Amino acid sequence: MGETITTLNTLELLAIPALPLIAALAAGLFGWALKDTLTHWITCVAVVAAAALSIDVFLQVLDGASFYGNFWTWMISDKFIVPVGMMIDPLTAIMMVTVTVVSACVHIYTIGYMHGDPGYSRFFSYISAFTFSMLVLVMGNNFFTLFFGWEAVGLFSYLLIGFWFKRESANSAALKAFIVNRVGDLGFAVGILAVWYYFGTIDYREVFAAVSSMVAEGHVLHFLGGEMDAITFICLALFVGAMGKSGQVPLHVWLPDSMEGPTPISALIHAATMVTAGVFMVARLSPMFEFSETALAAVIIVGATTAFMCATIGLVQNDIKRVIAYSTCSQLGYMFVACGVSAYSVGIFHLMTHAYFKSLLFLAAGSVIHAVLAQQDIRKMGQLRKYMPITYITMFIAALALSGVPPFAGFWSKDLIIEATMVRDMGWVSEVAYYALLSGVFMTAFYTFRMFFLTFHNSDRVPAETKAHLHESPKVITVPLMILAIGALGSGAWGYYSLNISNPEVIDGFFANSLFVMDAHNPLMRLEELEHAGEIGFFGEYMPLILAFMGIGLAWLMYFKESTMPATLAATFPALHKFLLNKWYWDELYEKIFIRPAQCLGMILWQKGDLAMIDKGMIHGGIIDSVQAGAARLRRMQTGMVYHYAYGMVIGVFGLLTWLLLKA
Amino acid sequence: MLEAGFFYLFAAMVIVGGMGVVLARNTMHSVMFLIFCFFNAAGLFFLLDAEFLGIILILIYVGAVMVLFMFVIMMLEVNQAKLKEGFLQYLPIGGMIALILLIEFIAASGSGVFHTDAIAAVGHFGKDVNNTVEIGKVLYTQYLLGFEIAAIILLVALVGSIVLTLRTRKDAKYQNISKQVNVRKEDRLRKVRM
Amino acid sequence: MIGLSDYLIVAACLFSLGVIGLFLNRKNVITILMCIELILLAVNINFVAFSHYLQDINGQIFVFFVLTVAASEVAVGLAILVAFYRTRRSIDVEDINTLQG
Repeated sequence: MGETITTLNTLELLAIPALPLIAALAAGLFGWALKDTLTHWITCVAVVAAAALSIDVFLQVLDGASFYGNFWTWMISDKFIVPVGMMIDPLTAIMMVTVTVVSACVHIYTIGYMHGDPGYSRFFSYISAFTFSMLVLVMGNNFFTLFFGWEAVGLFSYLLIGFWFKRESANSAALKAFIVNRVGDLGFAVGILAVWYYFGTIDYREVFAAVSSMVAEGHVLHFLGGEMDAITFICLALFVGAMGKSGQVPLHVWLPDSMEGPTPISALIHAATMVTAGVFMVARLSPMFEFSETALAAVIIVGATTAFMCATIGLVQNDIKRVIAYSTCSQLGYMFVACGVSAYSVGIFHLMTHAYFKSLLFLAAGSVIHAVLAQQDIRKMGQLRKYMPITYITMFIAALALSGVPPFAGFWSKDLIIEATMVRDMGWVSEVAYYALLSGVFMTAFYTFRMFFLTFHNSDRVPAETKAHLHESPKVITVPLMILAIGALGSGAWGYYSLNISNPEVIDGFFANSLFVMDAHNPLMRLEELEHAGEIGFFGEYMPLILAFMGIGLAWLMYFKESTMPATLAATFPALHKFLLNKWYWDELYEKIFIRPAQCLGMILWQKGDLAMIDKGMIHGGIIDSVQAGAARLRRMQTGMVYHYAYGMVIGVFGLLTWLLLKA
Repeated sequence: MLEAGFFYLFAAMVIVGGMGVVLARNTMHSVMFLIFCFFNAAGLFFLLDAEFLGIILILIYVGAVMVLFMFVIMMLEVNQAKLKEGFLQYLPIGGMIALILLIEFIAASGSGVFHTDAIAAVGHFGKDVNNTVEIGKVLYTQYLLGFEIAAIILLVALVGSIVLTLRTRKDAKYQNISKQVNVRKEDRLRKVRM
Repeated sequence: MIGLSDYLIVAACLFSLGVIGLFLNRKNVITILMCIELILLAVNINFVAFSHYLQDINGQIFVFFVLTVAASEVAVGLAILVAFYRTRRSIDVEDINTLQG
């Protein structure tokens, strides 16, 4: 195991995940005694403190501090040694800040949103424990801590989606999320085992150091009659895990359904943090992905497909949270494309800006839902800006950020992703991805503002009985919105100018040692060259912006005032509209291919195998009868007379002694 | 020679005592025989340079445990004759098992099982070591945990015996302190208009 | 000289006596307890004898622990006996059969 390298305070680092964990234990185990007020104080203070410490660590990391070391050994099984340790570098630090800041806002917001819920302290316990798991995921220094965090966030995602466990839809959504993630996690586990098999270690640093020599040795894997580079296999298997966790096609089906959970967790888990774990993982393992062109191409294809497909679905959804959920899938696709074209720093940059504006969007949507008495259908809203001005303004900021309008956060990161994709030359793959992303920009702007206009403008369609209840949300809800709005406003420009993300040198500078890009791949370097030569052109430079404004404009035309255009459009293309409304029929497809056959198989095994064969045939035929007969005989030995037992012991001594003598 | 003489004396008395315990008609006599047996066993311990344990055996066993036995026998009025009914009923089987056990033990102690012949006899008496100090050195270092556990076992046995035998008598008078403390004026005082 | 095996034989006799006592005094729990004491004493003699002849003090420590446990056992055993006597007015082992399933 590697030696410890530290210029950071170890205690401070340990406190960051420990504080939410302790708070979660306190809220979970003693919530009944602490009462609601004390519970939310404990968890909020712990997470806010963790956020403050994370920012402190981030500032130190900006000055060049880092940490690498193991704290203790979790398990040893022959050569499979699992240490528990941390690796703090710029990539980790930026993730830590994002996770803890969003989590702190969500904690505070939850005080208002979940007020009076019977599971109040349980909810706080879960989200604090989730924060802990996510921190373990990003701070770990080996594949196994990554895996631990990965599974733990999955668990808390499951628990929180099914938080209102009395609703059947919540339960089945939670199950769906868990099962779909199983598929991804299987790939992830296979990937980790393959890493261990080929490298003999699961420590990041040791693995990364050995990648190039391992590739040079040219290990080849024989798989299903075909051949595959070992490194490609490892990267693809790990990427399957990322697809499951980050809701990428075809494993995206769980993410929209996860909106059954309370809105704060949609913001925290299913927008800002957990679903971005896949992107983080790909960026973290950039020293491995860089060596496999095939894996990078797969990342781009999957990312671009998701970005395009989920955007089209988002166009027609009517549930306010589902629109945002599909948008999340789509934006995660953008991040993966960024990683696929080797612009990892840009992917992480978009992850960060997205975390702020998307959680803001969700929390604002939650504020709306809270106001209209748990109504989520945007067709039954409208003109809400009169009632809730703060929510209106913050959501407007988030919507502009998501659409990619300067100077809001999303513009800087999304623009860079598209330009990087444009200049990266990977044949048809990058070509197709570029156009998918461009059309995605248009659709993103359109569906975001469609939702926005339908909610806050258009005609007033709120039912009369709800109207009496309409009011702006309390301060505990609006203050986190405002904090996140600052992030949605400023984080993009801050990252662009302060961290200098667009600079190709940033990989050697700010992200030194945490990201690795081959010079031949580096799209930012190429982008700079082309810019110097003036070869980007007007369209290359401004196309995304033009498309974003076109999308907003179209939404304005169709939805700002009440109009017949949407209905006419749907009537003109009924097949397309139905296709999109039914989400490309993914659920129906899975139902036919997987669920039905599994049900049939289960039915056969139950009826024929269990009931007919085992219960009737074997149990009543042989086992029960012989056990009963044997027991009837055996129970006579159990006389209940104490001296019989004493004699038994004496005879035992006698037998042992005889055996000893005979042996000697 | 003196030592051998003492050994045979104590050994014979131990066995006589043991037989007395088993065969005596009166339970009280059994106890007396057992005390006799322990005294002689203590003698054997002295011969083996285990002075501390010998003294412990007399002090604790004879002084405390056997007195406990006597106390219980005197407390319970039991029909001594009835207890001896069917005394010889199990003699054949019990005697046979015990006899075979004895033969096997003797065979084992004589044969190579324990390598007794390889162990040289060591000198007795006159050794310049203090047995109690020796035990103390080991007991409070290497066996400290065991020692503490033994103490806990004794405590548990103490508490257990009390719990088992404790009973509240109906005719005894107790104070209920908490009830006394919690009493209010209204419970006791009644205003009467005259 | 008196050897190790002499002590072992004495202990063996005592042990066998204890076993016979268990079989013969089936009715009297107190005598059974005393027979167990005899058996433990035989074990203790063995421990001390080995301790002496192997010149190893550890054997005596074990005797110490055996004595502790035996004392606790007697205390609890007699307490149970007293409690039993209170309910059944008897100390006959054959009456102790409520363990029967």
